[in-house]
Amino acid sequence: MPARLLTARLSRRSLAAAAGALLLALPDAGPAAAQEKLKLGLVAAMSGQSAKSGEAIVRGLTIAADEINARGGVLGKQIELLVRDDESNPAKGAIAARELVQREKVAALFGGLDTPVSIAIVPFANSSKVPFMGVWAAGTPITRNGAAENYVFRVSAVDELVDIALVDRAVTKHGAKKPGMILINNSWGESNEKGLKAALEAKKMAYAGIEKFETNDVDVVPQLTRLKEAGADALFLVANVAPSSQVVKSLDRMGWDVPIVSHWGPAGGRFSELAGPSAAKVHFIQTYSFSGKLSPKGEAVLAALKKKYPEIKTLADVTPAVGIANAYDAMHLTALAIAKAGSVEGPKVRQGFYAIDTYEGLIKTYKQPFTAANHDALGSPDYLFTRFVEGEIVPLTQ
Amino acid sequence: MGSSWLQTCYCLLPTAYCQFLIAAYGVRPAGSDPTHGSPAILITSALISGLCLGSMYGLIALGFHVTYVVSNTVNFAQGSSVMLGAVLGYTFAVRLGLPLPLALLAALMLCAAFGLLVERTLVRPFVARGSNAWLMATVAGGIVLDNAVLFLFGKEPRSFPAMLSSTPINIFGTGVFPLQLVIPVVGLGVAAALALLLRRTRHGKALLAVVQNPDAARLMGINVRAAIAAAFAASTALAGLAGLLIAPLFSVHSDMGTLFGIKAFAVAILGGIGSAPGVMLAGLLYGVSEAMITALFGSSHTQIAMFTAVIAALALMPQGLLGRTAIKKV
Repeated sequence: MPARLLTARLSRRSLAAAAGALLLALPDAGPAAAQEKLKLGLVAAMSGQSAKSGEAIVRGLTIAADEINARGGVLGKQIELLVRDDESNPAKGAIAARELVQREKVAALFGGLDTPVSIAIVPFANSSKVPFMGVWAAGTPITRNGAAENYVFRVSAVDELVDIALVDRAVTKHGAKKPGMILINNSWGESNEKGLKAALEAKKMAYAGIEKFETNDVDVVPQLTRLKEAGADALFLVANVAPSSQVVKSLDRMGWDVPIVSHWGPAGGRFSELAGPSAAKVHFIQTYSFSGKLSPKGEAVLAALKKKYPEIKTLADVTPAVGIANAYDAMHLTALAIAKAGSVEGPKVRQGFYAIDTYEGLIKTYKQPFTAANHDALGSPDYLFTRFVEGEIVPLTQ
Repeated sequence: MGSSWLQTCYCLLPTAYCQFLIAAYGVRPAGSDPTHGSPAILITSALISGLCLGSMYGLIALGFHVTYVVSNTVNFAQGSSVMLGAVLGYTFAVRLGLPLPLALLAALMLCAAFGLLVERTLVRPFVARGSNAWLMATVAGGIVLDNAVLFLFGKEPRSFPAMLSSTPINIFGTGVFPLQLVIPVVGLGVAAALALLLRRTRHGKALLAVVQNPDAARLMGINVRAAIAAAFAASTALAGLAGLLIAPLFSVHSDMGTLFGIKAFAVAILGGIGSAPGVMLAGLLYGVSEAMITALFGSSHTQIAMFTAVIAALALMPQGLLGRTAIKKV
């Protein structure tokens, strides 16, 4: 009987001890299990006309995150990417950003192709003190947003600088004296209208006219005829892939062979299929191309892409290269900033971005890419002009 | 045709409108260099662009007309039916490699089948209960179709095979794709055929009898259900035809029809939804005015001017251009 009591007491005691141990362990074990992941969010167009851009961004971010995770992650945590579709709609993008920050508690957000969507997210990112990293949308006011504490960074082109490059190109390559502008009617078009006007004014040049058109316009001939009649000798084109191809088709119809110097909209999809043979006439700006001789880093990223996504077979399948390359470098820079901060708290990560000294990236070697005065890691020297040849984006040598 | 003089007047409206613009504004586009600008070229090219797009709007709006005159209801998924025509045409011609005429025919048949489905599931059950919920149901049906196509067809815009749209011909110094001339011909032809069919044939009159008094029509041996179903099939087939005609000039994607659907409804109301010639005329007028405003004043004014004009036109002519005042017997 006493023996049985003892065993009963013992077992009861051991049970209690086990339960106690479990209770002690729980507060640790719970959050530890949750904290194994470092959540990062992406708000981009995953459907609609610009869906291919979203796919490219996801691929670039994923390849970089896989590399980081293979090396043990950031602050000992594995990166987890949460993707939300903004359908190119600013309201949906703003809601998605809110959901990612407030419910999913992401440490940072990445943005997509559409400037209007990014502009809708900027005030929220700044007020909630969560770093927002742009990897595509080039609107000048995204990073230069006037906030006292700016949480918006970017690894992509900047309209203001792109516009200077477009004007330079039109003048030096095509001898333009009076170019015209054909711009999409949204905040991206507006951002470039300002930029192009300023760039032309700096060169004391006149312009033939400024015409706007809508995303679903079938026929742009009326606008183009106005520019032609006003004596335009080159065109600046700013629009995404489908509307850009409507401009090319309209030019074909008019039989107007005019040099087209374009922002990078055509890179966002199957431009040569949509615009037909004249697609090759459009010269557009890029930050990266997988064509030609690649750096060792370029070779490695291309190999990783082909391994992870077997549908990538030729270089024509790694379009849009800018989406992949910008996103790849942006993910590495964000991980570096979080590592420098030693924390996932927004204000510390923001300081972490400023503290990055050198990072050998895919597009270039970044040397102190971000300062309090400059939130754009790429600038004019990183731009190159390209065109579509049989579905592939090929750099123009001159 | 007692109102033929009126129709002639309306046909002259685009030209008269241009004359007015020239007189009122001296036509020189704002900001253009006076040494270059040639209003003749601007107007010709805008006229051609406008007639082509306008007959597109007209064709889609005829779809609203057909169901309205037979059943007093319309299918708000018309925009999506435009897209469906283009997407099916692309799928048959490019993905399955069928010969183009066969692909177009198959696409039109399936569009008509979609009309039958809309009528059976989204209109008939609500009308039977005396509810106006078909209105929202057809809007929702269009959204479901857009998203189903997004899922099945893919996210990227694709290019429709060229049909008379690769080599432009020169008309009055303006390049025109032959297809752009075919679209107005088809549009006007369909409008005329529809008006004749409804007003002059036995079957057409039977259709019109349905809306006046379904019970009396039924007693007269008219199959009311079949008549309404046929109207919906014709309506989506018209939208599908518009989609197939515009696709080579545009790109094929899941949201390509939305804006067309909205503009076409404005056109249907503007023309007087009960009158086929009125609807077609309003389509042409809308298309030409849109292109004219863009060509002469710049694109930033187009939408403001167009929809203000629609409101003004309706305030002056509540029944639309050629619509008749509805007589309600109490």
